[in-house]
Amino acid sequence: MSIKVRIPTPLQKLTANASEIEAEGRTVEELIDNLEKKFPGMKERITDDKGKVRRFVNIYVNAEDIRFKDMEKTKLNAGDEISIIPAIAGG
Amino acid sequence: MNLNEEQIERYSRQIILPNFGGNGQKKLLAAKVLIVGTGGLGSPCAYYLAAAGIGRIGIIDSDKVELNNLQRQILHSTKDVGRDKVISAKEKLNALNPGVEITTHPQRLNSENALDIIKDYDIVVDGSDNFPTRYLMNDACVFLKKPLFHAGVFRYEGQIMTIIPGKGPCYRCLFPEPPPAGLVPSCQEAGILGVIPGVLGLLQANEVIKYILNMGELLVGRLLVCNLLEPGFRIVKVSLDKDCLVCSEKPKITKLIDYEQFCQMKR
Repeated sequence: MSIKVRIPTPLQKLTANASEIEAEGRTVEELIDNLEKKFPGMKERITDDKGKVRRFVNIYVNAEDIRFKDMEKTKLNAGDEISIIPAIAGG
Repeated sequence: MNLNEEQIERYSRQIILPNFGGNGQKKLLAAKVLIVGTGGLGSPCAYYLAAAGIGRIGIIDSDKVELNNLQRQILHSTKDVGRDKVISAKEKLNALNPGVEITTHPQRLNSENALDIIKDYDIVVDGSDNFPTRYLMNDACVFLKKPLFHAGVFRYEGQIMTIIPGKGPCYRCLFPEPPPAGLVPSCQEAGILGVIPGVLGLLQANEVIKYILNMGELLVGRLLVCNLLEPGFRIVKVSLDKDCLVCSEKPKITKLIDYEQFCQMKR
């Protein structure tokens, strides 16, 4: 089950500058673990050492924030589009 | 207050717009907007708001103009290198529109001065370049119930959201806490293309005008994100966080915090 994942600029150095990649996973948690296998270093940028999504990073499943769904356990379906959006501060 | 002839002529192209009119212009002339930072976002935002005839614009910035600012901070010119940004900005804004009252605050916003400075304005525009100031401004605007027009940029990427305390989510509903020092690339390592804050700063100005005129739809509860190497913008939903640290019914943060400054420019 392939899911489209939008990678924000600060994480693109881990994906050889790709802004969009395909990954597998039945839940957000699984997806992040699979991302880590493909792109080592990705997981610690997105989650803390307890596996919780960091406080300055949001994950959206089709424009909905997983914090208002089932957090890391949020289920994914084929065709879903995931966006990882961190806070950015430049001005 | 009636518009004088000079004002009617100067603003004629917007006064004739549907839903704008002389009343719309009067609302702009009565507005007091604080723009925090006269950098990449603050420059275009302040320029267009002054052009549109905002009555009073406050600008706050503690920096001096550097040559490497000029590829994006269009309020400042080559001859201004070394001068206070707020002075340089005030000159340009008043040259464009002498009818705008410009108040300069040549200082850095901090937990001591933020509430005192912000309380005299109706609207706050976040054109800062670091997380500590952004979180400070969010908390101060929530405490004072002032609308905050947020935008941030990174390389070719931008984000913008409009925060109306009491009506929609705040910046901490979106991102509860800033990243710790060292986890995000610092400003000077990141790089920025000038047009990126240009686009976002103008979207902020557009939101401010819509808010003052009470027209159109604001980016409240919605984060617009864009990577300007790609065509198109995206919008994601932002919800009120019932456990928000600052804007929920039982906030854990009740006074301003000075976070560690970890994104200072190298001198």
